[in-house]
Amino acid sequence: MLQIPCPHCGPRNQEEFTYERTLDSVVRLDDAPEIAIAALYTRANPRGEEIEIWHHTCGQWLRLVRDRMTHAMRAVESL
Amino acid sequence: MRTGSGIAAVPVAFTFDGRAYVGQAGDTLAAALIANGVKLVARSFKLHRPRGIMAAGVEEASALVTVGEGARTEPNVRASDVFLYPGLVARSQNVWPSLRFDVGAVNSLAAALIPAGFYYKTFFGPPSRWMLYERFIRRAAGLGQPPRQPDPDSYGHRSAFCDVLVVGGGPAGLAAALAGAEAGKRVILIEQDQAPGGSLLCENATIDGLTGAEWARQMVARIVAAGGQVLLRTTAAGYWDDNFLIAVERRVEPGQRGDGLAQVLWKLRAGEVVLATGAIERPLVFVNNDLPGVMLAGAARALALRHGVAPGQRAVIATSHDEAYRTAFALADLGVTIVAILDSRAAPSGPIIDAARARFVVHVDARPLRAIARGMALAGLEVQISSARQRLDTDCLTMSGGTSPVLHLHRQAGGALDYDAGRGAFLPGPGRQRHVTIGAAAGAHDLAAILPGASVVDPLGAGTPAAPGPIWRDEVPGKAFVDFQNDVTTADLALAQREGYVSVEHTKRYTTLGMGTDQGKTGAMVALAQIADLRGVPLPDAGLTTFRPPYTPITMGAFAGPMTGDHAAPIRRLALAAAHDALGALWVPAGAWMRPRAYPLAGESVGQASLREAKMVRASAGVVDVSSLAKFEITGPDAGVLVAAICATPVAKLATGRGRYTIMLREDGMVMDDGTLWRLADDRWLITSSTGGAARMARHLTYVGEVLLGPLRAAVVDVGEHWAGLALAGPRAVDLLARLIGAPVPVHMGLVDAMIAGVPVRVLAASYSGERAFEVHVPGHRAWPVFDALVDAVHAAGGGAYGLDAMDHLRVEKGHVVIGAEADGRVTPADLGLGGMLRKAGGFVGWQALTRPALVDPAGRRQLVGLTAVDDAAIAEGAMLVEREGSEPLGHVTTSAPRVSEKGAIALGLLSDGAARHGEVLLAWSPTRRSKVPVRVGAPLFYDTAGARYRD
Repeated sequence: MLQIPCPHCGPRNQEEFTYERTLDSVVRLDDAPEIAIAALYTRANPRGEEIEIWHHTCGQWLRLVRDRMTHAMRAVESL
Repeated sequence: MRTGSGIAAVPVAFTFDGRAYVGQAGDTLAAALIANGVKLVARSFKLHRPRGIMAAGVEEASALVTVGEGARTEPNVRASDVFLYPGLVARSQNVWPSLRFDVGAVNSLAAALIPAGFYYKTFFGPPSRWMLYERFIRRAAGLGQPPRQPDPDSYGHRSAFCDVLVVGGGPAGLAAALAGAEAGKRVILIEQDQAPGGSLLCENATIDGLTGAEWARQMVARIVAAGGQVLLRTTAAGYWDDNFLIAVERRVEPGQRGDGLAQVLWKLRAGEVVLATGAIERPLVFVNNDLPGVMLAGAARALALRHGVAPGQRAVIATSHDEAYRTAFALADLGVTIVAILDSRAAPSGPIIDAARARFVVHVDARPLRAIARGMALAGLEVQISSARQRLDTDCLTMSGGTSPVLHLHRQAGGALDYDAGRGAFLPGPGRQRHVTIGAAAGAHDLAAILPGASVVDPLGAGTPAAPGPIWRDEVPGKAFVDFQNDVTTADLALAQREGYVSVEHTKRYTTLGMGTDQGKTGAMVALAQIADLRGVPLPDAGLTTFRPPYTPITMGAFAGPMTGDHAAPIRRLALAAAHDALGALWVPAGAWMRPRAYPLAGESVGQASLREAKMVRASAGVVDVSSLAKFEITGPDAGVLVAAICATPVAKLATGRGRYTIMLREDGMVMDDGTLWRLADDRWLITSSTGGAARMARHLTYVGEVLLGPLRAAVVDVGEHWAGLALAGPRAVDLLARLIGAPVPVHMGLVDAMIAGVPVRVLAASYSGERAFEVHVPGHRAWPVFDALVDAVHAAGGGAYGLDAMDHLRVEKGHVVIGAEADGRVTPADLGLGGMLRKAGGFVGWQALTRPALVDPAGRRQLVGLTAVDDAAIAEGAMLVEREGSEPLGHVTTSAPRVSEKGAIALGLLSDGAARHGEVLLAWSPTRRSKVPVRVGAPLFYDTAGARYRD
C-alpha cells in the first residue's frame, strides 16, 4: 500500500485516497470534441513519471507526480 | 529415540491418525512423531508416494497433515510448523483408505500415464476425454480438505508503525533489533517460530557463555526492556510499497481452541526494514530422495539439538559443503551410529573435516545414487564413491546441497538479486525501498562475524560457506525429486525442455514446479540448476519465477478479521425503519440500505403482496419511502454553472419553484445517473439522484465543481440523510394531500412548502409510478408523524404503504429506467429513447463523446424496448433475447414485472436495433433459469400512453 503525502494531513495510507485520473485525461467542457475524445481514449501511459489527480477523504484534490515503475512520488500539491 | 536434554520435560498427549502418542512441550508435531518412531506421515500430492519429515521449519514440503477437528480443522499444516498442545489431533490427508495402504499409490505405478503437462495435454483432446480424465485427476491428486462449517475462531486486525521493523529472530535479527531499541528507536521484531534464536536453536555454539537458546531469550528480554516489541509465532507474509508489510500472528496453534483471538493480521508501516530471514537448505537430487528417512541435514540437526530427538539409528550424511558435517557430530552425540559422510567434493579440507575424519568414515568424491526402501521407509543407500559403487545400510540419510538465502521479502520490496557462483545462490542486491538484508539471508553464516561484540565459542569452528550440490543425472533409473510438494522430478523438467517449455515460467506452469502452498522454498534453486544444465546456460540465465506473497499460507479468516457476518459491511437503515416494521415490512438490501420490499398480509406471498400494493396505487393511493435517494443542495452565485455542467438537460430556463427530470452523463457519453432537478431559489438548487449512485454523484459533483470548473462560488451539500422522502401516488393523491396540507397542491413538476401534522415539509410534485404523485420531504428526525398522517390518509382511501417491488412493477409499466438495470453504464441517452431531452448546445459533461460516429449512428446499438409475453408467462430477468434457442443473443431482459391492472407479463430490455424491431416476436431465453418465453417487442410504455394520469 502506497503512502501518499496529503498536503493537508501529511503522509497517509493509500486506502484513504481515490485515484481520479491522469492530468492529461482531464476533459474540459469547452474542449473541442476531437481533443476531448483523444484525451479519453488515446493517452500517453508513459513508462515513468506521470502527473495524476487523486482525491483524499479529507476532501482535498491532489496533483501528484508519480513514477509508475517505482511508485516514487514527488511534487504533491493541492489542486 | 529421545535422550534427556537436561530440562525437565513436560509430557503432552496428542493423536495422529487416531493413535495416541506422548510428546514434550516445545516439540513440533514433526519432532514428536519422529520421537515416537512414526516415519510415514503423508502421501504426496499427485503420485501418492509415502513421505516423511523432511525439514524442520516452514520449508517442509512433504509432511503436510490436517490438524484439528470439526469446524476448527486446518488442512495442509506443515508438521514442522505446528507446536504440540494437549489434545492435538492430527491426521494424514490425501489418502484412502489409509496412510499405510493407500489405493491412490497405484498412481505411482501408473505414473508413466500422468507425466508433466498431463493436464495441458488433455485440453487438446476431445472434450469428452478431458471430462473423463478430470474425474480421475480430481480424485487422485490433492491436498487436505478444508472444513465445511463456518470458522468458529475470531480474528483480529492490527495496524502498527515503527522506526525499525526486524523480520527474523535469529542471531542477526536479535542483534539488529537490540541495537535499534537501545538507540531509542521504536522497534518491532517478528519471528515465525515459537522461540527466538533461529539457527541458534539448532547449533551448539555458545555466546557470552550462554547456550544459543538462552542467549536469544535474554536478547528478547533486553529488546523489550529497551522499549522494543517482540512478536513471536508471527510470519511476515508480504512486503509492499513504502515499507508496508503484512504479518500474521498465530496466538493459538492450528486446530487449537483459545480464549481470545486465534490470529492477528498485522499491517505494519516501517521507517526502515531489516530482513534477517535466514536461509533454507537445499536437498540433493538422487533417485528416491523423497523416501521417509531422507531429510535435510539441518532438519536432523534441529531434531537432535533442539528437541533431543534422534531421527534414526544408522545415519549417512551426504553433502557438498562443510556445514552439514555438524549434523554428524550432533547425531553422534545422541548415540546415533554415523555410517559414513559422503562429500561430493574431491579434496575437502579444514578443521571440521579433520575433526570428522578423526571420528567418522568420510568418503570424498562420493554421492548417493539411489535410496532403497524397506516397507515404506529408507533401509539402504546405493552410493557412488569415486568410480566404485557401494551399498550402505542406513535408516536415516541427511542431505545438504547448500543453502538458499530467503529473499522473498527482499524481492517483493523490489530489491535486486546478485548471483554468487561460489555458493550457487542468489544474494540480495541493492534494495529499492528503505530495507537492508543481513545474516544468513545475505549469505553470512559465520556467527562471530554476525555478532562482532559477543564472545562466540563454537566447538566445531566456522566452516567454508555452503556450496551447491553438483548436478547428477540419469545414472540410475527412478524418480529423483526437485519439487517434493508437487511431485516434480528431474525427468519432468527434462520433458518440459524437450517439448519446448524452455522458459522457467513455462516450465513452472507445465510441470507445476514451485506451485502449491510451498512455492518452491526448497526446490526452486535445485530445479533452476537442473534447467540451466539442460539448457547449457549459466544458472542466472535460466531465469527466476516471481516470489509472490504470502510467504506461507494465510487462512481466509485472518484476511476477513472481524469483518464477517453483519460486520462485513455497514448497514444503512431508514429514519422510519421502526415505523415500517410496525406495518409489517419485509426488508430487502438495496445497496448499503435496507428498504421495505413489501408489506405482506397474513398468508400472502411477496409476489401477491407487491401486486396488491401496485393495484392499490393504480386504484386509489399509496405511500412509499424514497428517503434513500441521493439529494444534493447546490447554493451560490455559480450554482447554476455547476448544475448546467452536471445535468445534460436544459437548466437555465427552469423557473424558481419548478423542477424537471434530468440525466447525468459520464465523459464517455454514457448515462451515469438520473433524477430530478429543482430550483428552490434563484441561486439554490436541489438535485435528487439514484440511491446506489449517491457516493459516485457526491464525488462527481466535487470533481466537476473543484477540479474541472473550480474555483466556483458554489457550495454542494449532501442533504441525502437530512431529508426523509415519502412519495404519495395514485388517483386520490391530489385530494388526500390537499386535505393534509390545507392548501392547493403544487402543479406537476412544481413545489411548495407546507405543514403536515404540525411539521414543516417540502412537497415536490413528480411522478415515478404513472399516477399523479408527490414527494414529501421532511427532516428525518421529524418524519414519523408525517408518515403516520400519510399512511392514515391513504388507508382511509382504501390504499396503504407500498414497497420496492410494487414501485418496480409500476415503473416498468411506464418504461421508467433504473440506474444499474437499464442504464447499465453502456447506454447513451439516445439508446434509452431520451436523446431528445439533451441540451443541443452541449456544454455538459459527456457532450463531446456523444459526437463520436459510433454513438451518432444508432445502427447496431442496444436500445430500450418493451417486451410483452406472448402467452402471459413470466419473463426471466437477465434472459437473452434471441431469434431461436441457441442463436446469437440480440439483447437481454433488464427488468421484468407482471402487468398491474390486467393479466400478463411484461419486461424492459435492451435490444440491438430495438427501436426498429417493434412488432417482432423473439425468445427470452435463460438456460440457467430453464426459462423460454416468446415475447413481442414494442415501445417501452405499457400504461396510459397519452400520459393523462400523472399530469394536472
